[in-house]
Amino acid sequence: MSRMQTAAVWVDQRLHLTKLFESTAGHRVPASAHSWWYVLGSATLTCFIIQIVTGICLSFVYVPSASQAFTSLEYLNYEQPVGWFIRAVHDHGSNFMIGLMTLHMVQTFLFGAYKYPREMTWIVGVLLFLSVIGMAFTGQVLRWDQDAYWGLGIGIAMMGRFPLIGPDLVHLVLAGPIIGAETLSRFFTLHVFVVPGLVIALIALHLRLVLTAGISEYPEPGKLVDKATYPQRYKEILDREGVPFYPKAISKDMIFSALVIVAILACAAIFGPKGPNGVPDPTLIHTVPRPDFFFLSLFAVFALLPPYMETFLILTAPVVGIAILLLLPFLSGTGERSYIRRPVAILSIVMIFLTLGVLTYLGESSPWSPHMDAWSGVPTPVQYVKGRSPLELQGAVLIQAKQCRNCHSLDGTGGKRGPDLTGVANRLTEDQLIRQVLQGGGNMPAYGKHLKPAEVTALVAFMRTLHPQLEPPARNSQVPATPKG
Amino acid sequence: MAEVPGEQQSASDAEMTRRGFMFRFGLLFNTVAAGLMALPIIGYVASTLIYRDWQQWIELGKVDRFPEGQTRLATYRNPFHVPWSGKVAELPCWVRRTTGDKFQVFAINCTHLGCPVRWFSESGLFMCPCHGGVYYEDGSRASGPPPRGLYEYEYKIKDGKLLVKGGQIPTLSEPV
Repeated sequence: MSRMQTAAVWVDQRLHLTKLFESTAGHRVPASAHSWWYVLGSATLTCFIIQIVTGICLSFVYVPSASQAFTSLEYLNYEQPVGWFIRAVHDHGSNFMIGLMTLHMVQTFLFGAYKYPREMTWIVGVLLFLSVIGMAFTGQVLRWDQDAYWGLGIGIAMMGRFPLIGPDLVHLVLAGPIIGAETLSRFFTLHVFVVPGLVIALIALHLRLVLTAGISEYPEPGKLVDKATYPQRYKEILDREGVPFYPKAISKDMIFSALVIVAILACAAIFGPKGPNGVPDPTLIHTVPRPDFFFLSLFAVFALLPPYMETFLILTAPVVGIAILLLLPFLSGTGERSYIRRPVAILSIVMIFLTLGVLTYLGESSPWSPHMDAWSGVPTPVQYVKGRSPLELQGAVLIQAKQCRNCHSLDGTGGKRGPDLTGVANRLTEDQLIRQVLQGGGNMPAYGKHLKPAEVTALVAFMRTLHPQLEPPARNSQVPATPKG
Repeated sequence: MAEVPGEQQSASDAEMTRRGFMFRFGLLFNTVAAGLMALPIIGYVASTLIYRDWQQWIELGKVDRFPEGQTRLATYRNPFHVPWSGKVAELPCWVRRTTGDKFQVFAINCTHLGCPVRWFSESGLFMCPCHGGVYYEDGSRASGPPPRGLYEYEYKIKDGKLLVKGGQIPTLSEPV
């Protein structure tokens, strides 16, 4: 034997590596498990490893102090060699991880891999899902810019709605009276020590369960899971077509993981790191805070929920959702595994993704937010000031000056919170316009106190000109169309 | 006393062997030690549940800084902050002076979910950039998701200066 081989045998005799290998990477899996649909779990793990490595790199430079965090991030962006790139990889890596993890969850759900005897694998997976979302939220805070500061305030305000324990929760998370330096330190510790420790422990448990329960065979419609017969059937599958995971069933995982790494690097190189978006100075109030993309749907939900439902839903919806996820293997732990024969499963996934997709799109465009600079920055389109009387032109001035444009568009430009006023003269009569301006209604505040009667007249006169040229403005049915006599 | 190896195993359950005693003592002692260890750690991490006296009179400036009939932004340094807080301890608030010595001091946080509200004097409205909450000049809710009007600080005037009682973040369950 060569010296290398002797050394290898010496190490193996003490560490029992070959025996370990046979029970882990070399364990037998059904040949049908060598499928592109099965690569998402290992891809998620790849992302996690990337996050740990880049996270360690970032923590060499990042200073988790409220007064220095922003500066250290700017240093990482502009001075630290390759600092911007490492930040970008960490940022896009987290987006990829959330996406791949969610797809992995959807795939195991649609393939019935959560059913007997793999219930615990699923449950640990759900706990991992929640922990990784925790990592995303705490990581977002560490950017410590205006989005992070006010986004954290939103989380705190939600906790403040809990009955009885609200204030305790708020100050436990804040680690003090206000969003302060103590809060950043607490979130840093959570993001770097506590939650990763939990994630690593859960991953170890998850992988152990994957090994003990075995990788599930590709589901076939008609082959039902039955507690009495499944273990024997699985053993037969392994005897008949079992192959060692390494090297016979790992190639697709390897290729996809490499693809994910290259994709993250490409995104990082092309799009760069995110932020930090503005110094987290609370006195800079001209800010429009927005969360990272995976929370945009939640952002949209909070804008669109009616106020009376909100506290109730904040308290119950997460509990109900998580309970359903955790109890899933007990709700449908046996029976059909293939998605082809499970219409409820497919419908649920389609509905969930459709809802999340629409809400994310709405969160991206956020039409409910007043366009804060429209009154001073978006001019009245020229065609609406041509051929108007002086009174109507005064009205046009008022529509800008009284911040109407913050919520209303003219010709598509301006705020989207209220209706576009381009054709408003066709929708509302003069009396209705006057009433709406004075009293508000719908989602509009009342302007009566801040408009003099002459101003109301001018405003309404201008709005009465906002109609297509060939259509007359709406009129009260009691007013004759043509004058008598 | 030298022990014969085989005798140990045959001791009956009713007898307390040295080994058994030491095991039970080890359990008890470790429980006590764990408790002694846990209490300070819990006290440290959850100190905010125990010590929570964050209310103090804070000076916002001379009363003359706030003209009658106007709403102005004022900033103050939160008295309860750690030495390395930097800018995060500087907090803003909206001061509305109606007439004479009548004020309303609003917290910057929207009552919906805490984003900073902006004052527009032309239309007399506070608008929130996050989910579209709007409030009237006197702080009452005008439209949008907020469940109530703006949070108001208790205020007093002393030696020609405006003071407010604050120190912690306002939430629905602890409005200031």
